[in-house]
Amino acid sequence: MSVMTLQKTLGDGAVLAKRNLIKIKRVPDLLVFSTMSPIMFILLFAYVFGSAINVPGIGYREFLIPGIFAQTVIFGATITGAGLADDIQKGIIDRFRSLPMSRSAVLVGRTTSDVLNNVLVIVIMSLTGLAVGWRIRSSFLEAAGGFLLLLLFAYAISWIMAWVGLIVPSPEVVNNASFMIIFPLTFVANTFVPTNNFPSGLRTIANWNPVSSVTQAARQLFGNTSDKAPAPKDWSLQHPVIYTLIWVVLLLAVFIPLSVRQYKRSASR
Amino acid sequence: MVDVIRATGLVKKYGEIRALDGLDLAVPEGTVLGVLGPNGAGKTTAVRILATLLQPDGGSAEVAGFDVVRQPGKVREQIGLSGQYAAVDEYLTGFENLDMVGRLYGMGRRRSRERARELLERFTLADAADRPVKTYSGGMRRRLDLAGALVAQPPVLFLDEPTTGLDPRSRTDMWEVIVELVKAGATLLLTTQYLEEADRLADDILVIDHGREIAHGTADELKAQVGGERVEIVVGTRADVDVAKSVLAVLADGDVVVDEHTRRLTAPVKGGAGVLMETLRRLDAEDIAVLDVALRRPTLDDVFLTLTGHAAEVEVEAEADTKKKGRGKEKKAAPAELEETTAR
Repeated sequence: MSVMTLQKTLGDGAVLAKRNLIKIKRVPDLLVFSTMSPIMFILLFAYVFGSAINVPGIGYREFLIPGIFAQTVIFGATITGAGLADDIQKGIIDRFRSLPMSRSAVLVGRTTSDVLNNVLVIVIMSLTGLAVGWRIRSSFLEAAGGFLLLLLFAYAISWIMAWVGLIVPSPEVVNNASFMIIFPLTFVANTFVPTNNFPSGLRTIANWNPVSSVTQAARQLFGNTSDKAPAPKDWSLQHPVIYTLIWVVLLLAVFIPLSVRQYKRSASR
Repeated sequence: MVDVIRATGLVKKYGEIRALDGLDLAVPEGTVLGVLGPNGAGKTTAVRILATLLQPDGGSAEVAGFDVVRQPGKVREQIGLSGQYAAVDEYLTGFENLDMVGRLYGMGRRRSRERARELLERFTLADAADRPVKTYSGGMRRRLDLAGALVAQPPVLFLDEPTTGLDPRSRTDMWEVIVELVKAGATLLLTTQYLEEADRLADDILVIDHGREIAHGTADELKAQVGGERVEIVVGTRADVDVAKSVLAVLADGDVVVDEHTRRLTAPVKGGAGVLMETLRRLDAEDIAVLDVALRRPTLDDVFLTLTGHAAEVEVEAEADTKKKGRGKEKKAAPAELEETTAR
């Protein structure tokens, strides 16, 4: 890609990201929904399950919050798919495709605005977390790295969802499908409980699940770990930052080209 | 004149169905081609291929000298597309929609804003400019969509059924806008199900069905294929019908058709208005009360019926509305309307 095309892609992408953000402003229901559910999760898990779950050496709420962060930003990434499917259904993608604009700008704009949406969601969740007793016990840089890794991971998931959004027949399908896939994906992991007592097959899956590694990485970077509850011995959780970054690179390398190719082909329905 | 849009042998298949089956078309610079056909005839498919949204399975097409398959980027710089379903963002305001399109055409921030305001003014949307499009009526959305296609003043325009689903008032407004565009020199390909629309806006009409051309020519040429003019009169009483028939028979260029029930007589004629005048003079001399009279040329409805063996059925309801608006056109005056009403 030449510098000129890259510049055009980023410029057009910014125009479209702005368009998507205006929509969040005009339809606050979207934001309310995407922030209310994590707040609800924090409160339910902290006070209902928290009373029964015991993580050695650390308060459950501190253990829990990074897990909920991970789950929530992944759900936040699904907006990418629903948004694109909606644009196709409404025909506005036809307008974009008939313009002399960058071929990948619609996707760049969409994934960018969804990351910005996730930033907002993380801020709200962090405040809720602080209110129920979560604390960052590391340095500022480490904590910033933790947030960045969560967003980066969500960004990669966004590109999977972009591809999904371009191949499904309607936005509702994205919502249903992502619910069916993301719920198990985020529960068969160390997000809400330690994996030690999982049945062995499930434990292996959970420990190599990238949702576990991004959660483990966030816990480490926020200082929400304890020596009394060491991470499982699997390489993925011993090197959670690297393992997560490998996933991010892999997902982007596969789904960016796949989505761009699908975008060029997709027709309005 | 140079053909700005040219397609040769376009084929598009969806499984077994051939949406386009070897379609040829050409639009000389500064003219309007009306592509006319019922639902599913392949009109939208043809537009989508020419606007680079769809790849043809066969044939080739050029727009403004660029190949739609090999140089789609170049084509996109030359075209404006306004589709059947208004492709505007409901949550943005009218202004934001046009500004966004301007920026995506590569205009600078200031130029893009100026242009957006200019277009909103021209399409009488200035008052609604800063309201979300959600609050717009169907006609307003269509105008905004068309404005979107004009942001960069592209020399070639594709309008895919620009008035489908609009109320008669909005349709007439849209026609005025289109007529202005053509006056300003745009080359335009317009698809429509409305025969009257093609008649009124297009220099050249291509009638298609099942992805193939079934007729091609000016509105007059197509009508000539079907037959010449007819005089139609409606007399006041049953008793007058026979006398009127004998009067018409003298002047007619063929058999006089009588509908006893509606007391309507139709006769093919040669000589246009002169024959009509003569008919009236003679009827007057016989002291026959004439309720309605018209010189009727075949409409494109007749053309369609003759060419395809089926009427453009999608037409009926909306057409009844537009006819009332189209009174300025002599050839489609009262009898056509009468037919509509008696047919029900």
